Amino acid sequence: MMRYLIPLFAFMVLAAFLLVGLTLNPRQVPSPLIDKPAPVFQLNQLHEPDKVMASNDNLGKVWLLNVWASWCVACRDEHPLLVQLAKSGIVPIYGLNYKDERTTAMQWLKRYGDPYTISIVDSDGKVGIDYGVYGVPETYVIDKKGIIRHKQIGPVTADSLQKTIIPLIIELQKQA
Amino acid sequence: MLKVHDLYNFVISRRFSHLKKLIVFFILFLTIPSVGWSKEAVPVAEDPEVEKRMLALTMDLRCLVCQNESIADSRADFSNDIRREIREQIKANKTDQEIIQFLVARYGDFVLYNPPMKPTTILLWFGPVALFIIGLGSLITYIRRRREQIEETPLSEAQLRKVESLLNEDKGKNV
Repeated sequence: MMRYLIPLFAFMVLAAFLLVGLTLNPRQVPSPLIDKPAPVFQLNQLHEPDKVMASNDNLGKVWLLNVWASWCVACRDEHPLLVQLAKSGIVPIYGLNYKDERTTAMQWLKRYGDPYTISIVDSDGKVGIDYGVYGVPETYVIDKKGIIRHKQIGPVTADSLQKTIIPLIIELQKQA
Repeated sequence: MLKVHDLYNFVISRRFSHLKKLIVFFILFLTIPSVGWSKEAVPVAEDPEVEKRMLALTMDLRCLVCQNESIADSRADFSNDIRREIREQIKANKTDQEIIQFLVARYGDFVLYNPPMKPTTILLWFGPVALFIIGLGSLITYIRRRREQIEETPLSEAQLRKVESLLNEDKGKNV
């Protein structure tokens, strides 16, 4: 009896591991930057190129940094949700226009709506590397002390907003 | 010089068979566009030393976009950016260790094809060895147990007599 049960048991353990493996998303690489200070940047603004925005200007408030580009198709999916979130006034969203053309980016925002308090330009993707960006869109929740609290890899969904991002923002806003 | 007009005359002329026309076009197809297809080779880098170090480094780094390729092999935009970043850091006299730390701080251990030894990676490092030892152990116990199971049963009276007669028979022949 045992000589049949042991291989069966071993097979079931293996199958269980493989089954769990199937449900994991290999694209979701956990960021080492969670709970670490957000990389500091100083970047030119999209609409007013001679103006600079520094990440330190946002110390003292909870904010979202949304990495997007006009060439990114998935950005179009999440965009209505961001516009809606911006209208609700829960949290300011800052747009990092990643490796894009200024004119096409501005046209894109005119066409799909502009949810960003300020848009900044990362034309060569340097700040993107600092933030560990490896695909667009990505969205970071940054707290009052300038610490990254959450990273949404891929488009923001209604589900991820309701279940994770908005509750987290409200909690972070309560903190001193 | 071959002109479009000559080509046209060639196509409509009845002096050549369809097959000959086909062969001529096939040869044209193979030779003429080859100039247009290939682009001018992009210079690898200004500094071959930097390029060599960069390649050695990126060979062991994973491209996060095309996860089964190294950054050295990958043509993804992401890898281009990382290669550029590494070149700049090499030129800025950063050590290999510093460059790898820079990337790990941003992208995590996942960029490394050679994972560091950590509490979370112990299973990864020692799992195969553990499995091998378990396998070897069970094989040894299995063989031992089997040896015990094979008992030596003494021969019965009848079998002994048969052996004796067979042996004697053999002796008789040899003599």
